[in-house]
Amino acid sequence: MNKLIKSFTLFELFQGLFLTFKYIFKSKVTINYPHEKGPLSPRFRGEHALRRYPSGEERCIACKLCEAVCPAQAITIEAEPREDGSRRTTRYDIDMTKCIYCGLCQESCPVDAIVEGPNFEFATETREELIYNKDKLLENGDRWEQEIAQNIHLDRKYR
Amino acid sequence: MTYDILITGLIIIAQILAVVVPVLISVAFLVYAERKVLALIQLRRGPNIVGPFGILQSFADALKLITKENIIPSGSNKIVFILAPIITMVLSLAGWAVIPFAPGWVVSDINVGIMYLFAVSSLGVYGIIMAGWASNSQYPFLGALRSAAQMVSYEVSIGFVIITVLLCVGSLNLSKIVLAQQTVWFAIPLLPMFIIFFISALAETNRLPFDLPEDESTLVAGFFTEYSSASFVLFFLGEYASMILMSSMTVILFLGGWLPPFDVYPLNVVPGVIWFTVKVIFILFLFIWVRGTFPRYRYDQLMRLGWKVFLPFSLFWVVATSGFLVYFDMLPS
Repeated sequence: MNKLIKSFTLFELFQGLFLTFKYIFKSKVTINYPHEKGPLSPRFRGEHALRRYPSGEERCIACKLCEAVCPAQAITIEAEPREDGSRRTTRYDIDMTKCIYCGLCQESCPVDAIVEGPNFEFATETREELIYNKDKLLENGDRWEQEIAQNIHLDRKYR
Repeated sequence: MTYDILITGLIIIAQILAVVVPVLISVAFLVYAERKVLALIQLRRGPNIVGPFGILQSFADALKLITKENIIPSGSNKIVFILAPIITMVLSLAGWAVIPFAPGWVVSDINVGIMYLFAVSSLGVYGIIMAGWASNSQYPFLGALRSAAQMVSYEVSIGFVIITVLLCVGSLNLSKIVLAQQTVWFAIPLLPMFIIFFISALAETNRLPFDLPEDESTLVAGFFTEYSSASFVLFFLGEYASMILMSSMTVILFLGGWLPPFDVYPLNVVPGVIWFTVKVIFILFLFIWVRGTFPRYRYDQLMRLGWKVFLPFSLFWVVATSGFLVYFDMLPS
C-alpha cells in the first residue's frame, strides 16, 4: 500500500528531479580548455626534450641506457667520438608514435639529458612529423628548458 | 475580384510566415537551451564558442548540416525516403494553424481545433514509419515499429485526458478552452490528468525517458539512422517543432493559455502572448529537465505504463469527472 502511494504520487521521480535541479546551480567541473588549462604535476610526462648544459654543450653522452630501457623500442641512437675526443651522439631519434610515455628514459639517464617536458600539445597532421630527430629534440630542450629545470628542481627531494 | 483574392492570399501567406518563422527560430534556440541545460545538470559548460554564450550554435550546426552531402542509400525507396522528413516537418508545422497565442491571435479559429490538433500530432507517426520502412535497413525499421506502437499506446490516454478537459469546457474550440480557465487553470482541479498528459506528451514526441524509436544505445539513431544533411535537418526541426507544439497544447489545455495566473493589476497588463510564451518555455524546460534526470524506459515497461497504468487511470478520471459534473449540475451548457 505504501509502495502504491509512493509510485502514484511519483515521489521518487520528484526526488530525482529535485536532485538534478540542485545540480544546475553547482559550479562546473569542466574547464574552458584551450583558454584555461588544468594544473600539471612537476612529474608530468609529456613531449621529450634533450637538454644542454648552461655552457651550451649538449648533456647526452651516448650511453644508450635510454635506448636499452625503452620498452617500446622507440629510441634509436648512433654515436661516435667527436674531434675533441668526447663521446657524443650522431643520431638520436624518438618515434613518438611508438612511445608510451612511461618515463623510463628520463629515469635511466645519468646526466638528465633526455627528459619528458610539460608540453602535451604537439599533435601533428602527418605521421612523419612525429618521428623526432636529434635537432627537433634539442630544439624542444631549448624551448622548454626553463620549465623543465624548474620541474626537476621541485622534484629534487624524491630523485 | 481577382484583386481581392490576391489580397486575401497575401494576408494568409503573411499569417503563415508570422507563425512559422518564430517557430523555426524558437526551435533553434530550444536546441541550444536543451544542450545548455543538460550541460548545467551534468556540471559541464555546453556550447559557448559561437556567438555570445554560444547562442548561435544551432545556426552554425544547421549551416554545417545543410552544406553536407545528402546520402540516399542505394537500397532505399527513394521517393518515400525523401518524402518522410518532409511529411514530419510539414505536420509539425501544420498544427500551429489552430494555436491561439493571444485573444484573436490565431491563423484559423476553427470550432474543432482540439480535434484538428490531435489528428495532426497523431499523423506525425507516418513520417517516422515511412522513414523506417524506406531506409530498408534494420535499425530504422525497428525504430519505426517501436515508434508506431508507442504513439498508438499513448494517444489513447492523451485522448481520454482531452475528453476530461472537454467535459469541463463544453467546446472543442481552443480559444474557448482557454477562456473557460479564467477562474482556475485546469492544471489544479485536474492535476493527475495534467501529469498524465505531460508524460504522454513526452512519449508522443519521442523524448526521454520514452525515446525508444531513436534509442542510440541499441538502435544507433533509430528511424533516422540513414538520414544525413538537409533531410536530417528536416527531421530534427520537425521533432523539436512538435515538441513545442505539444508544450503549447499542454499550456492551452491546462495552464490557461494566454491568461495571467491571477487577474490582478500588474499581471493582467502584460500582453497575453508573453504569458503564453513564458508558460511554453516553462513546459519545455520541464521536457529538458526530465531528459536530464531519468534513464530510458525498457520497451515492455513503456507498454505496461501506457496500457496498464495510464489507460485505466485516465478512463477512471473521465468517469469520475463526468460523474462529479453531473451530480453537482456543473456541466457547461
